Amino acid sequence: MKANKLEGFLPVIGVAGLLAIWSLTAWNKWVDPVLLPSPELTFKALWQGMNGGTLGFDFVKTVYRTAASTAIAAVIAIPLGIVLGSSEKVYRSLEFVIDFFRSTPASAMFPLFLVLFGVGDETKISVAAFGAILVILFNVAYGVMNARKTRLLAAKVMGASRLRVLFDVMLLESLPQTFVGLRNGISLALVIIVVAEMFIGSQDGLGHSVFEAQQLFDMPRMYAAIFAAGALGYGLNLLFILIERRFVHWSGK
Amino acid sequence: MSPAQRALRVAPAGEAAPTGEAAVRPHVTIRSLSKRFDSVAVYDKFDLDIPRGELISVFGPNGCGKSTLINMIAGLISPDAGEILFDGMRLDEIKFGYVFQNYREALFPWLRAFDNIAYPLKMMKVPPAERRARTEKLVEHLGIKLDLKLYPYQMSGGQQQLVSIMRALIVEPEILFLDEPFSALDYEMTLFMREQLQRIFMETGTTTVLVSHDLEEAVYLADRVLLLSRHPARIADFTPVTAARPRTVATLSDPDFVRTKAHCLEVFQREVRRA
Repeated sequence: MKANKLEGFLPVIGVAGLLAIWSLTAWNKWVDPVLLPSPELTFKALWQGMNGGTLGFDFVKTVYRTAASTAIAAVIAIPLGIVLGSSEKVYRSLEFVIDFFRSTPASAMFPLFLVLFGVGDETKISVAAFGAILVILFNVAYGVMNARKTRLLAAKVMGASRLRVLFDVMLLESLPQTFVGLRNGISLALVIIVVAEMFIGSQDGLGHSVFEAQQLFDMPRMYAAIFAAGALGYGLNLLFILIERRFVHWSGK
Repeated sequence: MSPAQRALRVAPAGEAAPTGEAAVRPHVTIRSLSKRFDSVAVYDKFDLDIPRGELISVFGPNGCGKSTLINMIAGLISPDAGEILFDGMRLDEIKFGYVFQNYREALFPWLRAFDNIAYPLKMMKVPPAERRARTEKLVEHLGIKLDLKLYPYQMSGGQQQLVSIMRALIVEPEILFLDEPFSALDYEMTLFMREQLQRIFMETGTTTVLVSHDLEEAVYLADRVLLLSRHPARIADFTPVTAARPRTVATLSDPDFVRTKAHCLEVFQREVRRA
């Protein structure tokens, strides 16, 4: 019993350890305080920034861009992935192209998308969507292709038509893998959005916030923005895991 | 077998003979069935009559095409040549049920057990209210105690396979196919499931074709054991099993049963050695 109770606290140990080392380092000034502010200063900046400060506004902007790009990517990639996955021949003929662009760093596409869409939100969102599409597409197609053969046969012997098999079996069979794609897709979208906010003529967003704070040498604010970005990434991943548990309850069972 | 049980056994099948000896016109007729896999002729001009209302076990050496046979009859594999008719009708004109060995992959994990069982009715465009009523009726009729609100992955292997069998029975099939249905279960569960299958067969009297890799199981459950030779498969023997139902553990040591099983084993070993 006692051991079980303690186990719940295990994740806290890493956090507490990190904070302790950080406090100690800041307290003893082992690192220049300009480069590493104390935890109090950092969390104060985070609190103030998120409560009516610009950081909260930047946070919302980044959430919006990441969500928009992932939503666009999902709307395009999921139906396409199903088509691709349900025909081995179509998939084989496009596999190289998809794999090639999936392996291309999306950041290398910035200049091209700048030419196409200008310096506004469209560019950031479309580059992030481009990256996420390929990740989601690949996973959905893979999920459909790896639908259990027995399950497809079972539906067939019960008199299901091809279309029925697609909707009743293949689609549901691919859901766990689709969620893997969505989780990876949104993570990638966040990375691309934050980078885009730093460098392509951005006025807001977490990436802009980090970059601006660094330019102004406002280190507590910079660390605060980094933490906000980290919390966002972690939170998005957690959100998708919760949604998956709710709607794809059979995943991994 | 008590008189009441005998009546139960005979009544639903109506015209069918109580035991295998004098079968009425066959249910399934297979003529000149041929199937090659690459260069191997698994079946070459194979003929077989399956009697109505009987449980047939298919047994034979490894790779002789036991599963291939029922998969061809059930339309999962198309034969290269030949004809399979059910009372003169084609497969798409009759209702049948199929139970896979791998219940884990054959059931739909996103549906509750109840909806898994009712799924074939949905394919037949039966309205939801009637689907529910028919499923409840079947469950009640079979007297199987299962929580059908559970998802398959929340059930034991045996329970999942029972759900598979009920899913095959829900359409009131004219013929039921089972491909090594218990070979993924542990021994205790296998024994329990044999009893369940025997009970279901006695209740419904549906013509049943069971592929088994366990000779004792094949003989114990069957009205006739279809013994196949190595490929190209021929009928090595079509042995009637006359033991009365319900068969029990005592049946296993009954002299008649032991003799039948020994005979099947002898035929089997002769066919294995022939290679």
